[in-house]
Amino acid sequence: MRIPILKLRDYLLISVQVELDDQTALQFQEDVLSKIHEEGSRGVVIDLTSVEMIDSFIAKVLGDVVDMSNLMGAKVVLTGIQPAVAITLIDMGITLDDVPTALDLEQGLDRLQLELEG
Amino acid sequence: MQVQTHVDINSEWGIVAARQAGRKLAREVGFGSVDQARITTAISELARNIYLYAKKGQIHIEEVHRSGKKGVKIAAIDNGPGIKDIRKVMEDGYTTSGGLGAGLPGVKRLMDEFAIDSVLNEGTTITAIKWLR
Repeated sequence: MRIPILKLRDYLLISVQVELDDQTALQFQEDVLSKIHEEGSRGVVIDLTSVEMIDSFIAKVLGDVVDMSNLMGAKVVLTGIQPAVAITLIDMGITLDDVPTALDLEQGLDRLQLELEG
Repeated sequence: MQVQTHVDINSEWGIVAARQAGRKLAREVGFGSVDQARITTAISELARNIYLYAKKGQIHIEEVHRSGKKGVKIAAIDNGPGIKDIRKVMEDGYTTSGGLGAGLPGVKRLMDEFAIDSVLNEGTTITAIKWLR
């Protein structure tokens, strides 16, 4: 299964709408990086509104996507993390400290703009 | 009526199947969305450990009752290599797989009861219970 990645000007928009198995998560990581490379994207918003569970593996994959994209020169913002998911991650001791986040897609785009201008 | 289900773990798809079975049962028992996420995440961690370290095993999920309380019990059973140093695997950040090392200590914190029974070269059984408040 592939997660669709949309291009909007300098940005990539991704809404994760599927149950993330390990393969899909790793494929997604690769796809985001290739797309950044192909399109010369400066920013990426990954919306997690529909994601009902993030375990330690998926958290690592997401954190890695942020770091890898940073290396390439693109900023990534995670948006829409559900209350239950936030609670579970903190319970587990996973804080994703250096990962930029925002409440929703709209604020995620604002945040990207700030990060890129600032 | 007592509800129970079990899922064979022998591929990454088993991890997803176990999560889905766990979420369904947790919902049926009456857990809210936050505890459903806790139970589902715990199952995901335990199922992944089976797949990573023992290649195959089973996740059993059942409704349990004790002194007027209702809950969900997860049992992760494999005949894998066993855990050499249980104290070590319960340390935050300890990993042999390149992960975050949050798995087992995470499961312990997500659930109300947690026990590991492991014999080297014979296998591991991990049980965890979440009680409905």
